[in-house]
Amino acid sequence: MSDFTRRKFLKAGIATAIAGASATYGGFVIGGASKKVVVVGGGIAGATAAKYIRMMDSSIDVTVIEANKDYYTCFMSNEVLSGERTLDSIKFGYSGLGKHGVNVVHDTVTGIDANKRVVKTAGGDSFKYDRCIVAPGIDFKWETIGGYDAKVAEGTPHAWKAGPQTATLRKQLEGMRDGGTFVIAPPPNPFRCPPGPYERVAQIAHYFQNNKPKSSILILDPKKKFSKFGLFKAGWKKHYGYNPDNPTGPGMIKWINSEAGGTVSSYDARSKTLTAKAGKFKGDVVNIIPAQKAGKIAFTAGLTNDKGWCPINGKTFESTIHKNIHVVGDACIAKPLPKSGYAANSEAKVCAAAVVALLQGEGAPTPSYVNTCYSIIAPGDGISVAMVYAYDEGAGKIIKVKGSGGLTPGKFDPVMREREQQYAYSWFNNITSDVFK
Amino acid sequence: MKKTRVLQAALITCSLVFSAASHAGGASGAMLGNTCAGCHGTNGVSNGPAAPTIAGIDYDYMVEAMEEFKAGERNATIMTRIAKGYTDAEIEAMSEFFAGKKYVKAMQKYDAAAAKRGAKLHKKYCKNCHGDTGISTDKDDDSGVLGGQWKPYLNYTFADLKDGKRSMGKKMKKKMKNLQKAKGDAGVADLIEYYASQQ
Repeated sequence: MSDFTRRKFLKAGIATAIAGASATYGGFVIGGASKKVVVVGGGIAGATAAKYIRMMDSSIDVTVIEANKDYYTCFMSNEVLSGERTLDSIKFGYSGLGKHGVNVVHDTVTGIDANKRVVKTAGGDSFKYDRCIVAPGIDFKWETIGGYDAKVAEGTPHAWKAGPQTATLRKQLEGMRDGGTFVIAPPPNPFRCPPGPYERVAQIAHYFQNNKPKSSILILDPKKKFSKFGLFKAGWKKHYGYNPDNPTGPGMIKWINSEAGGTVSSYDARSKTLTAKAGKFKGDVVNIIPAQKAGKIAFTAGLTNDKGWCPINGKTFESTIHKNIHVVGDACIAKPLPKSGYAANSEAKVCAAAVVALLQGEGAPTPSYVNTCYSIIAPGDGISVAMVYAYDEGAGKIIKVKGSGGLTPGKFDPVMREREQQYAYSWFNNITSDVFK
Repeated sequence: MKKTRVLQAALITCSLVFSAASHAGGASGAMLGNTCAGCHGTNGVSNGPAAPTIAGIDYDYMVEAMEEFKAGERNATIMTRIAKGYTDAEIEAMSEFFAGKKYVKAMQKYDAAAAKRGAKLHKKYCKNCHGDTGISTDKDDDSGVLGGQWKPYLNYTFADLKDGKRSMGKKMKKKMKNLQKAKGDAGVADLIEYYASQQ
């Protein structure tokens, strides 16, 4: 009874809030044309922001400017490498955004004039905005590994932006002889998808186990530890052969960390040889994932700090450097949120709500954020990490909600691991639909 | 009698004020609900294969489920970890949000013969609280949606109920026991096929 009454009460409150908002909005309609939002980049963060702004207020004119006709999700691309799924299954177009009334323009943004509020493209077009959302994803610090650059990466792929790079790496793995060595060089922190390189190791180990069982995997890592550290090490050991006490000992997977000299300093593409403190290592197939920074346009638009990432207000995702420009996704500094697809999707919704409120002349609403990252170690063995985040108004920063989140329990429970794998696939279906459909 | 009513009214008013005040300045139901979409789909409509649709969920059912997850009383992979991130007021706000969304049945494969057998079992053991087709329209039932829910999720749920990893009311416990006694695991499988056939 009391619940029912309270529900009615809440609904009345919501109705009042809506009436209030539309009254304010009425002022804009009389005042002139509809408000304009330009979204630079149609990845997970950009596409989510565009769709949700339209869902929250369909009077706002939203344009997404994206260079590519299709988007390949980085998440689940490791399953393409192992042959568990097709490249097509991680490919998404932009017709879904059109259904929400988002204008999608395929062009490359060359500049953002923060004073005049204009976005300029390589195609020679200009787009005026009231608020701009920049979601450029990541770029690579090519200078960090001698001999490895964008050109060399065509033959020795990073495959850290999915698509043709993923296809190249898969082809090389398929062509590799049984008994060959796959060498992977993960990046230093911070980087997109912290568990990604280690899930990649597991997925490729799974492929080798079934197709090239004499082969091995060598990880040359510039870090001492990584995301889901204990779970991955236990998973590698359980399924593929890895010795946590002797990580370079017998077993399909070998890991040389920073303390053991795993940081790669240079690469010779012709002999496929990587140089690290620990020595020179030749691979049959090599995958180098370089150190990362915000996508190029973030630099051109002057949105980055000295570390190469974009500082933002965690409540609105508005840049602390340029007013009326918001940065979401991997390019922004949203710590303690990780640079993950789920976080990008969550940040984009907080940003969308803030942008809508600000355009309506209201204050940004209280945010709530979630991150969930699944990794698939082997068929029937899914693991996850999750966390709920809030905004600390006093400290002016995003915080982890105490007591929330955490990892899949370390003790192996086959029933629950199988469920986690099915939930990982559900997550993939639901997040991609939430972003693109 | 009259006195009690006045007291009740006063209590309700108090709790209204308290509940509204305790959540004042907090995240809205929509803000909270939108964070769930990554795993449960936009507005809680899941595309499967396993994560359940929570759009159109019964308000009281969701509040109870979240509180049980939070307390670690309901078996889960990830929800026990996530539910700990929310206050009671936030759980109420997000439950309000999803209760107000339209339920969409899952399109999935099912065994027609098994579904036919399951329909009879549903009528006999479950219909009273879960509605004619596994979707109760009576808010007082406070029951979970079964008809048109994703099959793997139903499988996990029934397995957990059987293993005592998920609590049941007295009435449900009795019905489940009777179903097990009469038809065993095969009966449960038929029941699940029936729910999956609701499209």
